[in-house]
Amino acid sequence: MIAEAGLAALWFAAALALLQLVLAAIGVRRSAADRAEPAGAHLQSVDPSIGSTRTRVEDFLAAVRPVAVVQGALVIFAMLLLIAVFVRSDMSVRLVAEDSSAAKPLIYKIAGAWGNHEGSMLLWVTILGLAGAAVALFERTLDRRTLVATLGAQAAIALGFYAFLLFSSNPFARLSPAPADGQGLNPLLQDPGLAFHPPTLYIGYVGISVAFSFAVGAMLTRDVGPAFARAMRPWVLGAWIFLTIGITAGSYWAYYELGWGGWWFWDPVENASLMPWLAATALLHSVTVLATRDGLRAWTIMLAVVAFSMSMVGTFLVRSGILTSVHAFAIDPKRGAFILALLVIYIGGALALFGARVGTIRQGNTFEPVSREGALVVNNLLLSVILGIVLIGTLYPIIAAAFGTQLSVGHPFFDSTAGPIALVLVALMAVGPLLRWRRDRVGAGLRRVAIPAAVSLAALVVLLVFAPGIRALPLIGLALGLGVAVASIAPLWGRDLRRTPLFTYGMVVAHLGIAVSLAGMASESAFSRETLVATRIGEAQRVGPYQVTLIGIRPVVGVNWSAIEGVLSVRRGEAAPFLLRPQSRFFSTPPQETNESAIRTALDGQLYTVLGNRDDAGRWQLRLWWKPFVTLIWAGGALVAIGGALSLLGRVRRERRATRREEA
Amino acid sequence: MKAKHQRLTLALLALAAVIAAALLALSALKDQASFFYAPSDVVKDGLPLGKAVRLGGIVETGSVKHLPDGVSIRFVVTDGQASVPVRFSGIVPDLFREKSGVVAEGQFQPDGSFVATNLLAKHDEKYMPPQVAGAMHKTESLEQ
Repeated sequence: MIAEAGLAALWFAAALALLQLVLAAIGVRRSAADRAEPAGAHLQSVDPSIGSTRTRVEDFLAAVRPVAVVQGALVIFAMLLLIAVFVRSDMSVRLVAEDSSAAKPLIYKIAGAWGNHEGSMLLWVTILGLAGAAVALFERTLDRRTLVATLGAQAAIALGFYAFLLFSSNPFARLSPAPADGQGLNPLLQDPGLAFHPPTLYIGYVGISVAFSFAVGAMLTRDVGPAFARAMRPWVLGAWIFLTIGITAGSYWAYYELGWGGWWFWDPVENASLMPWLAATALLHSVTVLATRDGLRAWTIMLAVVAFSMSMVGTFLVRSGILTSVHAFAIDPKRGAFILALLVIYIGGALALFGARVGTIRQGNTFEPVSREGALVVNNLLLSVILGIVLIGTLYPIIAAAFGTQLSVGHPFFDSTAGPIALVLVALMAVGPLLRWRRDRVGAGLRRVAIPAAVSLAALVVLLVFAPGIRALPLIGLALGLGVAVASIAPLWGRDLRRTPLFTYGMVVAHLGIAVSLAGMASESAFSRETLVATRIGEAQRVGPYQVTLIGIRPVVGVNWSAIEGVLSVRRGEAAPFLLRPQSRFFSTPPQETNESAIRTALDGQLYTVLGNRDDAGRWQLRLWWKPFVTLIWAGGALVAIGGALSLLGRVRRERRATRREEA
Repeated sequence: MKAKHQRLTLALLALAAVIAAALLALSALKDQASFFYAPSDVVKDGLPLGKAVRLGGIVETGSVKHLPDGVSIRFVVTDGQASVPVRFSGIVPDLFREKSGVVAEGQFQPDGSFVATNLLAKHDEKYMPPQVAGAMHKTESLEQ
């Protein structure tokens, strides 16, 4: 019964989304017609049944708002019901039978609800419904017509997802006869970090699509200006924060769970989350120009379209199976075709609307090339170039596979193309915030970056003298990271720290985070040490500053796995030894083996240990890494997210104060 | 700067950036075109020296030898027509077996052997990157 109720809730929600779209479309139409004939308006105003434009729009808004809220509530209800069938391990539901098993811990039963294609699509539309309800309830400052158009755009996006769920990916489909137990969730995914990784990314994707809905609304009502940008900005910022958290957490998960010691693999699934982040980063910066200086109008709208397209590509490519297996299309061509059609409709529609309306967007304020705006334009351009490279590198193997050629694009490609451009972008990030808005002098700008530049140069010399033989990219990365860290704090120099707005702190912290993360990446790449040995129990091995001794091997049993655990006694210098316990885990449903690394975090880096197999002579394979300052990579990511949160808080507070002042 | 000019300049800059990205990416991709080799490809096309490639095929029966250092193995990858000796140091994946498919990542040596830095054995394809799944697919067709 639960599954049927869930399906019914989905159908109702879809019907409401259609209603929302129709109401919004009529509302925007009618009020546009009223506006278009102001000359006749005074004649008609004799007729009391036709109110003024304002009340008409208010009427439609009053109708659309509750529809959006109820739609959100229904789809949340459907998602809760799906989680309920997973928690009850109802094996008569196909999705549960395929992706869950009764013996799984509760948290992974819940996470299992979105650990598959259909469930993750339902989660997506759930978050969208929640966001739609939030826009309908809390957006107060935006022009009424634009708000109605925005809610209409959201309904249009949601409809595509409802159609996809109901016609080709029904998460509530039954299985008859029901099996005794399910096939289980991939053991690699049975990890607390990963259980909440997809929802985080999805909140980011959905946030971007809400920002895009605002852009569509503004385009439809020809209202592209600072007011619209201020309404859109919190959504862009929020989405960007969640994407940052999602990417950072995903990177750390891949690092400790896969047992390869790497932190980024340029895997298509990773790229699918990186591309929306790059686009959102560009959008975040240009929307600030639009909100505060009323410049870059069409530019910002275009970036919103691009960011939305990337979040669609990210959403569909990851879970659709196009990326995870080349065979997916052959297995379910209907679903693949559906996804392609949706992508074409969404992205094509967005571009077509942009093309049709770009002429109506009036030119905003202009600026000199050497100015804060100029730097932000270059930031946007470089981010777009990196985005283009990642997009081509990710899609090329798929397109080539369609023509029967298998090829692989990995580290060498991305490192050599996107790497140097990213370094230029980071260098620019040091300069941009130190330039004035509208117009600045080159000499003055250069003087302001003199100290950071000197720091970078000094770091370069020190590295060349004391650590010769570092490769070019890590070398530049380390030197640049230091200089940019100094430069990112520079906007606070000479300011009254108590009166500096919160969003300025946000910018400083986020930029500092990028510098910290860059330094961590460069340090990991330049200074990592690896030891791969077969060791007898009692033998000591060295890696970096550590001495690692295997003191025992013992069996361990978990809820749905059994493991062999190596007990390592680790010493560093004269300090007291501590124990690390890397495991080789065996899962039975589905049958798979995973290596659970054991990691020790010190202030200056991480010791990373993996247990391998036993050889014929009774020795155990150990893989040990010493990775100096590798933690800075994720600490930097966390700083970026915190910076975003500070900025969001600062903006929301200022907006609120401004509205209160207006009302007073 | 005139308003009209600025908008045009920005549009041209954006166009230039997109074209630059495409050209850069496509020129870099040219080098990646040939990446996967079966043993008989090497006989046919010669050794691809000095670049990271993937070698795929079947692990020949009785060819797996453990070396005395305890972490290295030697084995032979075959596709029925030709075979390549492979050396690998590291933790061998769970599903690596004789008579079963394998994809080795690494470099060919001038003597015709292959030094692998990573082994991909047949795996749950559900969460496999497409290139790997594609390479595994190729080795599967060798198995039949």
